[in-house]
Amino acid sequence: MKIIVCVKQVPDAKDVRLDPKTNTLSREGVQAIMNPYDRHALEEAVRLKEQHGGTVTVLSMGPPQAEAMLREAVSCGADEAVLVSDRAFAGADTWATTYTLAMAIKKIDDFDLILCGKQAIDGDTAQVGPGLAERLDIPFVAYVRKINNCIANIMQVERLMDDGYDLLEVPLPALFTVVKEINEPRIPSLKGKMRAKKIDITKLTAVDIEADLEQLGLKGSTTQVVKVFSPELKGARAILAGTADEQVTQLYDKLLPLL
Amino acid sequence: MLQIDVETCIGCGLCESTCTFGAIKVEGGLAVVGETCTLCGSCVDVCAVGALSIEREEKTTQDNLADWSGVWVYAECRHGRLAPVALELLGAGRKLAEKRGVPLSAVLLGSKIEGMAEELIACGADKVFVVDDPALASFTDDAYGNALSTLAKKHKPEIILAGATAIGRSFIPRVATTLATGLTADCTDLAIREEDGVLLQTRPAFGGNIMATIICPHTRPQISTVRPLVMKPLVRNTERKGEIIKVQLDPTLLKPRVTVLDSVVEDLDRVNLSEADIVVAGGRGLENEKGFAMIRELADLLGGAVAASRAAVDSGWIPYPHQVGQTGKTVAPKIYIACGISGAIQHLVGMQSADTIIAINRDADAPIFDVATYGIVGDVFEIVPKLIAKFKERKSA
Repeated sequence: MKIIVCVKQVPDAKDVRLDPKTNTLSREGVQAIMNPYDRHALEEAVRLKEQHGGTVTVLSMGPPQAEAMLREAVSCGADEAVLVSDRAFAGADTWATTYTLAMAIKKIDDFDLILCGKQAIDGDTAQVGPGLAERLDIPFVAYVRKINNCIANIMQVERLMDDGYDLLEVPLPALFTVVKEINEPRIPSLKGKMRAKKIDITKLTAVDIEADLEQLGLKGSTTQVVKVFSPELKGARAILAGTADEQVTQLYDKLLPLL
Repeated sequence: MLQIDVETCIGCGLCESTCTFGAIKVEGGLAVVGETCTLCGSCVDVCAVGALSIEREEKTTQDNLADWSGVWVYAECRHGRLAPVALELLGAGRKLAEKRGVPLSAVLLGSKIEGMAEELIACGADKVFVVDDPALASFTDDAYGNALSTLAKKHKPEIILAGATAIGRSFIPRVATTLATGLTADCTDLAIREEDGVLLQTRPAFGGNIMATIICPHTRPQISTVRPLVMKPLVRNTERKGEIIKVQLDPTLLKPRVTVLDSVVEDLDRVNLSEADIVVAGGRGLENEKGFAMIRELADLLGGAVAASRAAVDSGWIPYPHQVGQTGKTVAPKIYIACGISGAIQHLVGMQSADTIIAINRDADAPIFDVATYGIVGDVFEIVPKLIAKFKERKSA
């Protein structure tokens, strides 16, 4: 089974928060990490490989420093790594991103399954997976929480829904986006780390993937960001005073009429 | 490319402290941009001397934008039930349609769903397109995507709104790709730009740390998925008149490549959380699973649901369906009681539209207090049991 995993390098949003005084983002110590959902996609791909044989290729579109993340992916079990990187990609929205990834995948050509995380934690759009599947004209399933089996090139998967789950059969090749529940990602093995150090990462530019320059980056994007601002926090901030008992009594009195 | 006018730049560093991506730095008294720049534009906005600009080579505008007219709402239904977000979208869509002077239509896809069209009219739709077909009984991206994009190609709406639900966020990207147009995910505010009628789509990004307003200027339709429980539905009015248009689609369009073997409803708690009037939530300050037993007791006493921050879910104290925030559920209850939750922005975006927010936290500087109506700076393990005792007293009285 030939599996491609799309991974993205993102700033670690977890510890970022607004500085209440300056109302700007404090990004001290914020690192570039592999998008956490993509880590689950990678883990699932490696498990499928271990079960069915085959190869796992990690693919990323990003700046040159995304190479470090791809090496980490190799240390966690990926066999090949491809970085699609070009200044022409900067400012891409999901439309231009799926175009770029689709062209890169056509270059890689041979695959049975593409796995992505359900969304990236920076943009949170969750649009690249389904958009990419449409561009490649292959079946798509979002929010896969379990892959039950794969018999005669048909995969049985569970899709997490708002009110439960759906059980689906999907003919390969297909693209899934996965949720955290699907697995617990492994930590890199020593052998994996050694391999990651030495591996040659395939680097592709806009020319290499034979992309139409009109479709790339900011120019190829259908959407534009016109304004970026800090969210407004509008609490009354009435801090209740007194001893614990007094505070609780005040709170109780405030709550009662609301119940 | 981000352009820095070296003549104008005063090296004040405002851009550096604003950049979420650490891409711009002041070196030798001048701003310098690095590889991690995503052209988000926040530095351009913050620059006090106008030294920064983004050179936009704009996309070619699609022909005949003006041919696209009208506002559409995808009215989601599942397991015979209209999703509440469908009615919220009609509320939001009504305002946009009036501003544009165009009709508001709903699109209903499913099997045995006809009674719902009247409900959509009562809640604001002028027209309802109904595709009632056994092939649409279960949700598949292929059939739903083909149905909506076929209708959109034919009737050319300028705007399509859908709920940012599991279903909406799964198949709407496919519709946008098929129609070769832009899509903005998980919007929390929609407005029409006065000068040109373009849809201004505002959404949280970067875990809710920043808000971005996004437009789709050169192609139509403009498509948004909209976060549930943010927009307000109209008051239901059964007197309202509308047109129901039944549509038959080519069966080959509705034939999915995937097969839905089963569709299981589980975990009612998850559903309850979105619709509960009272939510009691716990975070890292609860220290372990036992802390959540206390939260559940308070929730049960108040007839409410239990929620959690991502920190608590990641620690394994409570399962993911209870998570509230950017990567979990959005809730807008009457009362939200946050216990031991510091209030990372990613949590705040999921609950800040609650009517009354109570924050109980040891750290007086915790950001949760910035959204709180009432706050208690104190130990949750002291305060919450006392509160439970109070409500128990009331119950037995």
